[in-house]
Amino acid sequence: MTTVATVTGLTKRYGPVTAVDDVSFRIEENRIYGLLGRNGAGKTTLMSLLTGQEFASDGRIEVFGASPVEHAGVLERISFIRESQRYPEDFQVRHVLRSAPWFFSRWDEDYAARLVEAFRLPVKRRIKKLSRGQLSAVGVVVGLASRAPLTFFDEPYLGLDAVARQLFYDELLSDVAERPRTVVLSTHLIDEVSKLLEHVLVIDQGRIIVDSDAEELRGSATTVAGARSAVDAFVAGREVLHRDGLGGLATATVGRLGEEERAAARAAGLELAPVSLQQLIVRLTNTSEKEFQLS
Amino acid sequence: MDEDRPIFLQIAEQIENDIISGALPEETQVPSTNELAAFLRINPATAGKGVNLLVDAGILYKRRGIGMFVAPGARERLVAARRERFRDQFVAPLLAEAAKLGIPASQLADMIRTDQKETPR
Repeated sequence: MTTVATVTGLTKRYGPVTAVDDVSFRIEENRIYGLLGRNGAGKTTLMSLLTGQEFASDGRIEVFGASPVEHAGVLERISFIRESQRYPEDFQVRHVLRSAPWFFSRWDEDYAARLVEAFRLPVKRRIKKLSRGQLSAVGVVVGLASRAPLTFFDEPYLGLDAVARQLFYDELLSDVAERPRTVVLSTHLIDEVSKLLEHVLVIDQGRIIVDSDAEELRGSATTVAGARSAVDAFVAGREVLHRDGLGGLATATVGRLGEEERAAARAAGLELAPVSLQQLIVRLTNTSEKEFQLS
Repeated sequence: MDEDRPIFLQIAEQIENDIISGALPEETQVPSTNELAAFLRINPATAGKGVNLLVDAGILYKRRGIGMFVAPGARERLVAARRERFRDQFVAPLLAEAAKLGIPASQLADMIRTDQKETPR
């Protein structure tokens, strides 16, 4: 396994605000990472630091064996699709596509053309005149067709409709399968992408609170529901992530349960329900699910 | 797919089911991990993990440069393994639920017999 990026004790302060707080993790080659967290958790700052667009206040970043800051050899292997990318005044979609090979040595013009068609992008329209969804689609096309060994997508789906999002996920999977590379995807739509991810990083208030294989996270929490007394008896002595109740009924979210424990819960008349990745992260970052979906 | 079980286990089970049902006869090629990933919209590494589980168990085998194939005798072995688990997986919970509802074993046996007649195969 080859490490693409190593982050050690990374901190970024903006005046009194600590956006990234003493963070350490590694990014391994040819995997799809999910960088998940609430608004303002530090996702964009972290990606900006990894791509050399911001200076760290403290700590170390190594990408392809060197600091990404003003290092052409590193930067030409990175593609960073920002949520709100700025383009030169009067640029049309085709100008973006024509200038892309200057920045990305692996740019695939034919693939870009196929994607433009699939997303139905008007190539002669000025970027300024595009809808939010079309602007996002430009980013998606550039991010995919740049085929950079390390690609960052920061909330790439804003304004994209369900069809276009599915197109993006399908293209991402099939192209990455054919030409393996590392992708870091930051997103709020966790349930939609959870099956695409191989590894999950959750950032909350500038700190990484989950750094785990996506498969290991599945089933790492279960909700038990039933009569309050039975729920209380079952969860006694366990770490409870979340508890809810209505009258004599209660639900509690607990950690991973073994087969015997599941059988014991059923025998006690409790219902067991899986906890989706999104619910789990909502529980861990202590926010309401509604807020997550709307943001 | 279930939310609470690893996807790679579910992939392996799905292929096993296709082998048992005959949809994937012995010596036929199974879809590649990339095809599985694209079709099921899952991470290719996860699909690969599921397929490798079956390779390790000798249910599938690799032909260099061509792909993955169903091993001879795979169906028989899968059926034998599933039969062994059948009692624990299906009969035990059935009896437990019947006991909970006060359905005696004789009535349960009658239900199974009638149902069998109604669903010819």
